[in-house]
Order: sequence, then structure tokens, then C-alpha cells
Amino acid sequence: MDNHSEQHTQHSHGYGIYVLVWLALMALTGITVAVAGINFGKLTVATALTIATIKTYLVLTIFMHLRSESRIFRVFVGVALLFLLISFILLFTDYSFIVRN
Amino acid sequence: MSVQHSAAAHIHRDDVASRMGMWLFLFTELLLFGGMFILYSVYRFTHPNEFHLAAKELNTVIGTFNTAILLTSSLTMALSIAAIQRKQKSLSIIFQLLTIVLALGFMVNKYFEWGAKFHHGIYPGSDTLLSKPSGEILFFGLYYVMTGLHGLHVIIGVVIIAFMTAFTMKDVITHDNYVKLEAAGLYWHLVDIIWIFLFPLFYLIT
Repeated sequence: MDNHSEQHTQHSHGYGIYVLVWLALMALTGITVAVAGINFGKLTVATALTIATIKTYLVLTIFMHLRSESRIFRVFVGVALLFLLISFILLFTDYSFIVRN
Repeated sequence: MSVQHSAAAHIHRDDVASRMGMWLFLFTELLLFGGMFILYSVYRFTHPNEFHLAAKELNTVIGTFNTAILLTSSLTMALSIAAIQRKQKSLSIIFQLLTIVLALGFMVNKYFEWGAKFHHGIYPGSDTLLSKPSGEILFFGLYYVMTGLHGLHVIIGVVIIAFMTAFTMKDVITHDNYVKLEAAGLYWHLVDIIWIFLFPLFYLIT
């Protein structure tokens, strides 16, 4: 019974937090575009991906309510992302040796 | 009538499971796009200079503008759920309609962007494209498939949100039963996340 009333109220974020996250996302987009003009060499891609990851984290936790969702949701998402990461890592342990011409 | 309705709703509803189901579907989307991002990463790794040259053909201004549009549509989607939670039905409908308008704006920009590429003879299988080095052909192949598939998701999202708006108007979605709107929101934010990665990887290669 208690559980039931809980599931209807747990997502009640204020409007304010969404607007704040939106402002942060817009600012990060601006930074990505501005930084893209600067050549950091090999770090350029890393910078772009780092900013994209921060933006994704904000969308996942606030817009997609993962912050207020029960723990099992975060575990599921974490496992899904971990396996995607493993795919990239395994692939590049191979490719970074093959393509050294 | 209303007593009966709420009694039935309490027996048959499990909002947490509904959202979990939606997340499981989103993981299959992650596999779909993740596979393409893996393909992209390998080809970019093997053809860095050609990817750099080809990316210069893309319009960064339209790309940035579209990023802003999609991020804003994610905001209006999140706000529509916040509004329905507060029993502000009309406000929720307005936010949902705004989301649809922004999504359509995104597709209009996409139309002009692709139109310009086609005008310059850059489209899959064109003579202009096939005369370019293989790395650039791969870049544009990935560009059309990945942004095309993303665009398809945007169109599907518009249809889904339009249904949600109709449901909200007919009180199928209400302040104490809005899990459908939440699921639509989850889908829409995923489309946003995919674009968050597509944008720098295609438009901002230096």
C-alpha cells in the first residue's frame, strides 16, 4: 500500500531543475562548438566525447528521471553501457594493432 | 463510475514495470545505434584525414541550430510530464505540442540540409561521391545512414507524442496515470542522446 502511493510521487521534480539542465545542455553545446575550432591533436575527439558524455549524464539522470528511479534501473543502464564500452575496447585492442601502417 | 475506474486501475497497473519495459526497449535501440557508432569509430580510425576533409562539407551552423532545437524539445517534453503531475492538463498539452513543433522544425532543417547535399551531387551512389576517395565515401555513407535512421526516430517520436497529446485531451493520460507519457518521454530523450553524439562526431571533426 505504502509502496503504491510512493510510485506516483517519486518523479515530482520542479520545473526549475529542468530549465537549469536545459541551460547547462545549451552551454555545453556552445562549448563543444567553440572548442572544436581549437586543435588539441588527439585530445580533440576526447574533448568532444567527454562533453557529450556529461550531456548524456544530465539527460539520463534528470530528464529521464534515473536519479529518482529505483536502484535497479541505474544498475540496468550501467550494465547496458558497460557492455557497449566493452565492445569498443575489445574491438580497438585488435584494430589499434592491425592498422599500424 | 469513478470508483469503479480507480479500482480497476489499481488492480491492473504497475508503473515501475511499464517504465522498466520501456528501458529494456531503449537498450535494444542502444544496440542498434551502438553498432553503427562502432562501425563509425573503426572507419574514422582507419581514414582520419578523409573523414576530416569530408566533414568540412557539412554545415556546422545548421547542425548547431538543430542541436539546440532538439535539446529544447527534450526540455518541453520533460516539462509536459511535470505539468501533468501538477494537474495542469492544458499546460501539459501545450508543452507536448511545442515538442512536436520543435521536432518538425528539426526535420525541416534536415530537409534543407540534405537537399543542399543532393544539389551538390553528394548522395549515396552519385558520380560525384563515387569519384571521391574511399574514406569520404564511407563518411557520407555513415552520415546518411546514421542521421537518416535518427531522423526516422524523430518522425516516429512525433507520431507517438501526437498520440500522447490526444490521450491527454481525452483524459486517458491524467495526473495520476501518466506512465504512457513518461514512456514517450523516455523514447524522446533517447533520440536526443543519440543526436548529442552524432553532432560532434559528424559536424565537428577537426
